[in-house]
Amino acid sequence: MKGKTVAEKILSAKSGRDARAGDIVEADVDYVMVNDVTGPIAFRRFESLGLPPKREKIVLIPDHYVPNKDIASAEQAKEMREFAGRHGIGNYFEVGRSGVCHQIMIDEGFAAPGRLIVGADSHTCTYGGLGAFSTGIGSTEAAAVFATGRLWFKVPESVKIELTGKFRKNVGGKDLVIKIISDMGVDGAIYQAWEFGGPAAGDVPVSDRLTICNMAIEAGAKAGIFPCDAKTEEYIRDIVKGDYEAVVPDKDAVYAKVLKYDLSELEPMVACPHLPENGRPVREVDVVIDQAYLGSCTNGRIEDMRIAAGIIKGRKVAPGVRMIVVPASPSVQRAMIEEGLMTIFMDAGAFVSGPTCGACLGGYMGILAEGERAVSSTNRNFIGRMGHKGSEVYLAGPEVVAASAVLGRIAVPEDLS
Amino acid sequence: MTIYRGRVWRFDDHVDTDQIIPAERLVSEMLNCLGDFAFEKVRPGISEKMKDGDIIVAGKNFGCGSSREHAPLALMDAGISCVVAESFSRIFFRNSINTGLALVECKVDIKEGSEAEVDTSEGTIRDMSNGKVYNFKKHPDFIQNLIESGGLIETIRRKK
Ligand code: SF4
Repeated sequence: MKGKTVAEKILSAKSGRDARAGDIVEADVDYVMVNDVTGPIAFRRFESLGLPPKREKIVLIPDHYVPNKDIASAEQAKEMREFAGRHGIGNYFEVGRSGVCHQIMIDEGFAAPGRLIVGADSHTCTYGGLGAFSTGIGSTEAAAVFATGRLWFKVPESVKIELTGKFRKNVGGKDLVIKIISDMGVDGAIYQAWEFGGPAAGDVPVSDRLTICNMAIEAGAKAGIFPCDAKTEEYIRDIVKGDYEAVVPDKDAVYAKVLKYDLSELEPMVACPHLPENGRPVREVDVVIDQAYLGSCTNGRIEDMRIAAGIIKGRKVAPGVRMIVVPASPSVQRAMIEEGLMTIFMDAGAFVSGPTCGACLGGYMGILAEGERAVSSTNRNFIGRMGHKGSEVYLAGPEVVAASAVLGRIAVPEDLS
Repeated sequence: MTIYRGRVWRFDDHVDTDQIIPAERLVSEMLNCLGDFAFEKVRPGISEKMKDGDIIVAGKNFGCGSSREHAPLALMDAGISCVVAESFSRIFFRNSINTGLALVECKVDIKEGSEAEVDTSEGTIRDMSNGKVYNFKKHPDFIQNLIESGGLIETIRRKK
């Protein structure tokens, strides 16, 4: 028999059978997460079953419309709070201890190598950056996992993405993932998983790995995985809950195809409206902006904040431009305060908030008016994603967001001097 | 196995779930009227014109984007019985199985406004305006069984 990919290994371990690409297996799920948008449907479906919940596996994280943006979202958040109380679910994260669901899953140690995690949010694939097999599901499926702790999966084939070389200055994971998605298209990896490898994979910082795997779904992928290594273990050492297994692929694993990327050839990228596959080198675009948004499960980590603060320090946000900075979780926010980043952003004239999904999905706190343009560190630039259907979102990494905020047009940090 | 018959609404590639039902509508109080807001940003007014049984014909990657189950729910609430697309995004596909929206993977060229008939037992799509018939591959048994037993929740309820 041939060897296995990380996806095949994790799904084999969790289903108790020899899972190979194409098989449909039923597997034990380690954690199932829902947020305030997807939770309420799951709660109704689950309660219609009249079964007891698998309490330890359930994680409830309000993030999309909290702190409550209006009465409707207040009612919705209340549903989650009451559901947690009614069923005695301990892993409920109240405002003040909550943030973007995926960052909370990481900060609170639920996400870890070798785990099988599902979430009723499409960016659940983020935890592949830590070597987990994690994927987005719907509310009904989440309800099924609440009741049974199990779910069916079609074992995906994997595309191996081999990395060589070193990122150049001011180039990072976001630029790589925009490039990959632009090369393969937004449906380039439907029903497949990305598995990263090659000599440079180990050099990619964990926060970049999370950014990259976060956007696997933007190519239609079921998962994006960086196999666990020393960097992963170091990253989770103080936060991980319970045991985990460092799963790595077999040398003779079978891949649908192998793609190669030389990191040293990459340059700062921006994904133009209205699809993440519209990636172009920043130097080729000439776009005046109204807003620069730094945050989200894609690039709202402390590493992103440090990068952006380093660029913005001692400079000012351009007149007429709003820079909005949203840490992804309380621990990011706390570190920003302790490291003095909050002051740097505020001195520059940026608005800094507490953790939430905010304007990433067009919720609130930075909605765009008709004709407005934003450069954003988020993951989607669909029509109307951040506001009016006549607004535009340009996706980029934290370096470009910071430089663009200062210059009032989409730019790279080198343009500042 | 069922026959769906209705008028066709045409869409292109990569119809994302933000287009199907935008974020502003993702609150519980909207759950009973999601259909009123289907495609409101990209094709305003279309949901009022959709009638029960209507069929969507689209290109590649239909339903890409967020995992919101509100997307298939909104389409069904607007009257859509079946979506025929060249391919579907994975999460949308799974959500549709569980909410009862019929999906058919097939590339067809049927004009907006034409009548079409989808027969899932025969695996055929008929363009009633010119009689042209397209054949599609049926779902694998596992998935067909899930659909026929009414989705995941029904399956669990039966096993209980
Ligand atoms: S930050 Fe944006 S992409 Fe991430 S979970 Fe929140 S809304 Fe979704």
